[in-house]
Amino acid sequence: MRSQGGEANLREAIDAILAKKEGGPRALIPLLQAVQGEFGYVPEEAIFAISQKAGVSASEVYGVLTFYAQFRLVPQGRNVVKVCRGTACHVRGGPMILRTLENQLGIRSGQTTPDQEFSLEEIGCFGSCSLAPVMVVNQDTYGRLTPDKALHLLEGYRNHAKDN
Amino acid sequence: MQKITDRYQELRSLAEARLAVARPAEKIQILIGLGTCGIAAGGREVLSALQEKLVQTGAGAQITQVGCIGMCFNEPLLDIVKPGTPRISYAQVTPEMVSQLVDDYVLGDNPRPDWAAAVIADEPFRGIPSWLELPFFRYQRRWVLRNCGIVDPELIEDYIARDGYRALAKALGEMTPEGIIAEVKKSGLRGRGGAGFSTGQKWQFCRVAPGDVKYLVCNFDEGDPGAFMNRSEVEGDPHRLLEGMAIAAYAIGAHRAFIYGRAEYPLAIQRLRSAIAQAEQMGFLGDHVLGSDFSLHIEIKEGAGAFVCGEETALMASVEGRRGMPRSRPPFPAQSGLWGKPTLINNVGTLFHIPAIVLQGVDWFSQVGTEKNKGTKVFSLVGKITRSGLVEVPMGTSLRTIIYDIGGGIPDNKKFKAVQTGGPSGGCLPASLIDLPVDYDSLAQAGSIMGSGGMVVMDEETCMVDIARFFLSFTQSESCGKCVPCRLGTKRMQETLERIIRGGGREGDIELLSELAETIRDASLCGLGQTSANPVLSTLRYFRDEYDAHVRDKRCPALSCEALISFYILPNKCQGCGICSKACPTQAIAGGRRMIHVIDQDKCIKCGTCLEVCPSRFRAVTKVSGEEIAVPKEPVPVGSVS
Repeated sequence: MRSQGGEANLREAIDAILAKKEGGPRALIPLLQAVQGEFGYVPEEAIFAISQKAGVSASEVYGVLTFYAQFRLVPQGRNVVKVCRGTACHVRGGPMILRTLENQLGIRSGQTTPDQEFSLEEIGCFGSCSLAPVMVVNQDTYGRLTPDKALHLLEGYRNHAKDN
Repeated sequence: MQKITDRYQELRSLAEARLAVARPAEKIQILIGLGTCGIAAGGREVLSALQEKLVQTGAGAQITQVGCIGMCFNEPLLDIVKPGTPRISYAQVTPEMVSQLVDDYVLGDNPRPDWAAAVIADEPFRGIPSWLELPFFRYQRRWVLRNCGIVDPELIEDYIARDGYRALAKALGEMTPEGIIAEVKKSGLRGRGGAGFSTGQKWQFCRVAPGDVKYLVCNFDEGDPGAFMNRSEVEGDPHRLLEGMAIAAYAIGAHRAFIYGRAEYPLAIQRLRSAIAQAEQMGFLGDHVLGSDFSLHIEIKEGAGAFVCGEETALMASVEGRRGMPRSRPPFPAQSGLWGKPTLINNVGTLFHIPAIVLQGVDWFSQVGTEKNKGTKVFSLVGKITRSGLVEVPMGTSLRTIIYDIGGGIPDNKKFKAVQTGGPSGGCLPASLIDLPVDYDSLAQAGSIMGSGGMVVMDEETCMVDIARFFLSFTQSESCGKCVPCRLGTKRMQETLERIIRGGGREGDIELLSELAETIRDASLCGLGQTSANPVLSTLRYFRDEYDAHVRDKRCPALSCEALISFYILPNKCQGCGICSKACPTQAIAGGRRMIHVIDQDKCIKCGTCLEVCPSRFRAVTKVSGEEIAVPKEPVPVGSVS
């Protein structure tokens, strides 16, 4: 994730990302994805820049970005832990994995630890149902979890800055 | 102009020549399953151990990455092919095993039948059974999955060498668009996304719709929790989807197509991108496909996480860059779809069938299945099942064959209770319907739906009220909020179900649920809302007694709902060993050496760890619902309580 300087820098960084992309209304979602891909979230400044680029109102940009689960308006922790809430995971102990992680991190699903180390999320289904219960940390998928194994994996990520 | 079939033959020879160089017959081949499942099971660790060992020993072998062959329960899978011998598949391979395998079989001549799952060949080999003999494969008919786990998904030549793009050459060279549509219609293929509408008819509507510009959209927004057929198909054999799309686009007269893919499937998207680039480079996509007048450009649109976008009008809104909210139909997409143009939307599974239907003909396709349900269907068989994975069976195969013969039944000697089909729009079928043939019509009649192909098996420990609540909270959080019955109705149902599983059920709750369910079904705008009550309706139909137990007796018969269960340490059995108190994640167990341990019910999070770790010779921990067990308030010496 890129480090954030002053506001002017932020705006410049956003413009640099958008300059590489196509504009127009149909590009709205890809534009949001590009910005989030770079920052890990969509900064408020980006809403106005994207609004210009896509040729739609800022309120529409906001409407779209809050509609889709993928987009965030606040920065995430250095490590993002996503617990699967698919059906197979549900019947094979997924809720207990989530609960264990919530207890350990002291946050609820959808929150970030105060030290910005971990964000915890639930995801519809990763489609790795045969290995249920499943969680994904950053880009790594882990299956056949037990509460113990999940905690152990979590510790491996502590103080382990995200790639790049 | 060169004939299309000649052009195809030329490309095919080129592909085969390239393949012979890339994968020389005299070299030992090692194939490793690196779909998402394979990776999650530890496939990458196996791969690096293998690479290291090969360098270390100087053993000459070529490594190829393949997709998933469907035996997910056996992941990570690794296959070895020696020149002139069949391909041997090894199951649940660890880094240590792979090192030994190199010594024993790559360098030596011991194929390790003790570690082998099967040979991927028709005949057994040196004590290793043919995969066709394995119960998991014996009842399957792998048409759609023909290449999955067999070809290298990142190598177009591998696909071409197995008749890939031959159906496209046949379609462009020998068939008219109308002729193709007639064939697809005659085949009886029905949409594999779940609704089961005739594919040929859908194509026809789009073909005859007036307008010069038409679009094809492939719906790869596989959102049903518990379903991963499309992910596996695309990860394992992306070119087959592109070929199906090219034929469909030619048939309806579209020159631009979109694949709407799920953001949660990064590997599949990445493989599609590279497949499109390869196909364009070889002339199977792009301008003048195979030298014909037909051109097709395929673009990938990544979804942004909204289940409702699987609904076709919502999907189109999302492709256009708007919020994915459905609209009422008509007009249907075939008349007015993307940017107001006639649009055909097909599911991945449907398009995967097309090349074989075109190439092998209608009679071949309709030889399996039932009268109104032709061909095969891929299911993801998961949950409380011994052999979970991806299975493809003829339409009309019974649940018994799928769950017991293929899946090997329920693990740990537990009792089969229900199977959930169709995801959040589907329902739970009880054990009494085990002989039900699986097809669109039978499932609908039984109160569920075929859906996209998720099949989640549940045992006696799964609470059916909780499952209904699980799906309702899923649909509730995915409701787009446009229409009132879905937005508010699912919320009220979810609240009621939450209350019931927390022990706050009231007389009249069940009637309220039924009434809400009917209103939501009749009055919602789109399929998401209309079917959202199915999980409740079907569990009420078959498992009413479980609802009654929750509401009246505040008891969960499956011992699953956390608010209604308690764990106790039996004072006459506890030997004071202390294992449970050490393992308890919330320090809820008080004890001491040779003291009878006691669980603090306020601290207990009902995780069941104590039950699991209590030595089987003591069996001192018990789980109950709707009853209290008399235990000491504080730890007392072992033996002081009889």
